[in-house]
Amino acid sequence: MKGIVKQFKEGLLTNNPVFVQFLGMCSTMAISINIQNALGMGLAATAVLICSNAVISLLRKVIPAKVRIASYIVIVAGFVTAIDLLMQAYLPDLSESLGVFIPLIVVNCIILARAEAFASKNKVLPSAIDGLTMGLGFTFALLIMSTIREILGSGTLAGVQVMPDGYEPVMLLILPAGGFLTLGCLVALFQKIMKRRG
Amino acid sequence: MSGSELFSIALGAILINNFIFSRFLGICPFLGVSKKVETATGMGMAVIFVITVASAATYVLNEFILVPLELEYMQTVAFILVIASLVQFVEMVLMKLMPALYQALGIYLPLITTNCAVLGVALLNVQNDYNFVESVLFGFTAAVGFTLAIILLASIRERLEFADEPECFKGFPIVLITSGLLAIAFMGFQGLSIF
Repeated sequence: MKGIVKQFKEGLLTNNPVFVQFLGMCSTMAISINIQNALGMGLAATAVLICSNAVISLLRKVIPAKVRIASYIVIVAGFVTAIDLLMQAYLPDLSESLGVFIPLIVVNCIILARAEAFASKNKVLPSAIDGLTMGLGFTFALLIMSTIREILGSGTLAGVQVMPDGYEPVMLLILPAGGFLTLGCLVALFQKIMKRRG
Repeated sequence: MSGSELFSIALGAILINNFIFSRFLGICPFLGVSKKVETATGMGMAVIFVITVASAATYVLNEFILVPLELEYMQTVAFILVIASLVQFVEMVLMKLMPALYQALGIYLPLITTNCAVLGVALLNVQNDYNFVESVLFGFTAAVGFTLAIILLASIRERLEFADEPECFKGFPIVLITSGLLAIAFMGFQGLSIF
């Protein structure tokens, strides 16, 4: 039980995939313009992470070391295709707005990095939990990014207007350049807080 | 298909919808391998080669195998396999012919497989219904845009070594801010639609 708490803390904060490990940058910056997208992307990636970590951990003694990366990618691609088709069927609007970034979960470095660093060395249950915590860490980072960008960039939160009528949205933040700037400032803030806490 | 259409694809992929600064594809190697201009150039060349060949290969695969067999939903899996083997091939060639560059690229070479720009080009080609020539051109010019972006950032980062940035911005954050400023500069190309 203690191990699980530690894993959660690592995934969300001390070893956060986005803010500390700098993984999965492309989708982080591209889709974090509103909360719906961020939540959809985060949960889709979490689902893929849990499944792929569990399966890779199950097969860790079977897969030869030389072809392991290729094998991991095929396993991940299988799950991503399943999630992609499910989303197209049940959440067509979300699937439309995330576009090409859903199939691109295959090449999200978080998934491959966790497969290589964790799932290939650990038992099934801890691997699945690692997938869950890392996925939630990713979702957490996406939510912070998208909250800032949506409130300041379009004056809304989850599509509902939150800023007063006279508010002039900072268009720059929902443009691509805003993604880089927001993430840069967030990582700086994160480093500052981490340093202060030792 | 006329020359001007091809020109508009090329211009769009290199400048207007630059893969890094407006589509957010290929950010990981962009941030990871941009410490020195030399390695950045090497990475750019490797990516140009892989993307160009990959867009040709995935077009053929999609048009002559997946579509006739109605297996379009296998696109992601099939494309990533093609890309992974291509990268393996490039790795072997580089190791044999250019060992210095091979050393410099290090871990980032096999990671071209997970460069989302490569799979992104393949998927966008299908989405945009490009024919063979358009696909290859789009792939090639998108990769040129990537190379342009990574060389620009690397040259700035070499200067940045001597800059005195605030403590908490040291390292990764300042690179992100720099890229953000570059992206703002690239927004200037947005108005450049000619057709």
